[in-house]
Amino acid sequence: MTVSQKVVLHYPPFLTEKPVVYGLVKKYNIMFNILKASFSADDKEGLLVLELSGTSASLKRGLGYLHKLGVKTELLSQDIIRFEDKCVHCGVCSAVCPTNAFYFRAPEMLVELEITRCIGCEECFRVCPYRAIEISFKIKP
Amino acid sequence: MSKTIEEINERIKQGKAVVFTAEEIIDVAKEDGVKTAAQKVDIVTTGTFGPMCSSGAFLNLGHTKPRMRISKAWLNDLEVFCGIAAVDLYVGATQIPDNDPANAVHPGSFPYGGGHLIEDLVAGKQIRIKAQSYGTQEYPRREMKGSFTIKDINEAFLFNPRNCYQNYNVAVNTSKDKLYTYLGVLKPGMGNANYCSAGQLSPLINDPDYRTIGIGTRIFLGGGIGYVAWPGTQHNPDALRNDKGVPRASAGTLALIGDLKQMRPEWLRGASIIGYGVSLTLGIGIPIPILDEDLLRQTCITDADILAPVVDYAVDYPEFTNRVLAEVDYASLKSGYIAINRRKIPSFPISSYAKAREIARILKTWIEQKRFTLTVPSAALPGRESGLKFKRFGGKYR
Repeated sequence: MTVSQKVVLHYPPFLTEKPVVYGLVKKYNIMFNILKASFSADDKEGLLVLELSGTSASLKRGLGYLHKLGVKTELLSQDIIRFEDKCVHCGVCSAVCPTNAFYFRAPEMLVELEITRCIGCEECFRVCPYRAIEISFKIKP
Repeated sequence: MSKTIEEINERIKQGKAVVFTAEEIIDVAKEDGVKTAAQKVDIVTTGTFGPMCSSGAFLNLGHTKPRMRISKAWLNDLEVFCGIAAVDLYVGATQIPDNDPANAVHPGSFPYGGGHLIEDLVAGKQIRIKAQSYGTQEYPRREMKGSFTIKDINEAFLFNPRNCYQNYNVAVNTSKDKLYTYLGVLKPGMGNANYCSAGQLSPLINDPDYRTIGIGTRIFLGGGIGYVAWPGTQHNPDALRNDKGVPRASAGTLALIGDLKQMRPEWLRGASIIGYGVSLTLGIGIPIPILDEDLLRQTCITDADILAPVVDYAVDYPEFTNRVLAEVDYASLKSGYIAINRRKIPSFPISSYAKAREIARILKTWIEQKRFTLTVPSAALPGRESGLKFKRFGGKYR
């Protein structure tokens, strides 16, 4: 089964000219999507945010390969933030939420958010009529 | 036993009026009995808070120097209707900018439109204006660019041709593809059922025969005071009804009017409905004077007694077949699941019951604090006896 993980890569200066990501594809059969990249001209650290997709075993080995090269990695988690002042407690988000992270509390009929159930699929973000939901990325501890 | 609206207003002025929301009255009547409750209670307040596309606002900008007879105008890049007098405009809630890709890449996200513009006006934000004219001898100006807030213009009033639907469809999708509708996202294979009514709190559900809600009825509208202006478009008193006289499908509607300058953005919100377009979500509260036992009995209606038709939005709604898959009650809908052909389908509201309840409570407080009195309608809405029916387009078309 293919899994996806967003990863932040911190490059030391000596690696910025090497085809590091190519190795992930060639050796570990990992697909990547570049979410953000910044390389400074002053020989400081480079930064790359990738979404990696592959089997969980290949992702694990791929991350090991990056460590061995000297790339520091951090795993990103994707959470949602609900703005209470914009939310009207309709049920549009709960109708599309695949994990019931958004659910109704009766008898108040208020939409509650159980963030631990959120898988970051962004469906609620796309459908909220009142733009009460935003996506936030956090570094996993 | 019967009361008049004048007597009830007198009790409001004395601070003696007894008011309950359409939710609270259910238990009051259970405890006291209908007869006693009808004597004791003066007013029942209702509320609703949901997207209402048939909404819009008339603005009168005031005249520029030299004068201009505006023939085309854009507010925040939205084209507004100028086919009326020199500086009168109508902003429609579903208007989108000329350059919005809409559903060119389906589903469109519709980030800004008429509903948002009306919300921005009410919030006191600066609105950009660009206007053109062909020029006349007494209105020589041909172009205008600038900005204004709601305080800078003469009048701004909401005028909604259709609001407050008395009951509505429950939407499902029997197709194999996800549907994006004005009733939300519908998962394939009847993966969910979406509904849009405040049920037992909904204004016209509590006065199903339009005995007290009529032309001229004073109401809570968007946080300010408004009035019922006329029967709403598509007003259909002829709809099927249950043994309590409550419609089993969308029936009566109201045209509403009210001063935007009194309203608050909390109760009037632009809505971006994915794959559909822009709408205006509006808070409405209507008081029902308890003139006799029958009126009280009708306000005691519970969610379990109100049926709504389940309609397939993949085929039957777009094709206008009038086919109904099932009838379900609002108690089931609110429980989170309905049963269709013995299958359990998760149900979700599109309107906010929590906000509807808050509106009914605010209106109750206004009356208790003597800030709101009732009006005697100038004329009744067409009822069942009127013979008025909702029609398909009767003209010729291809």
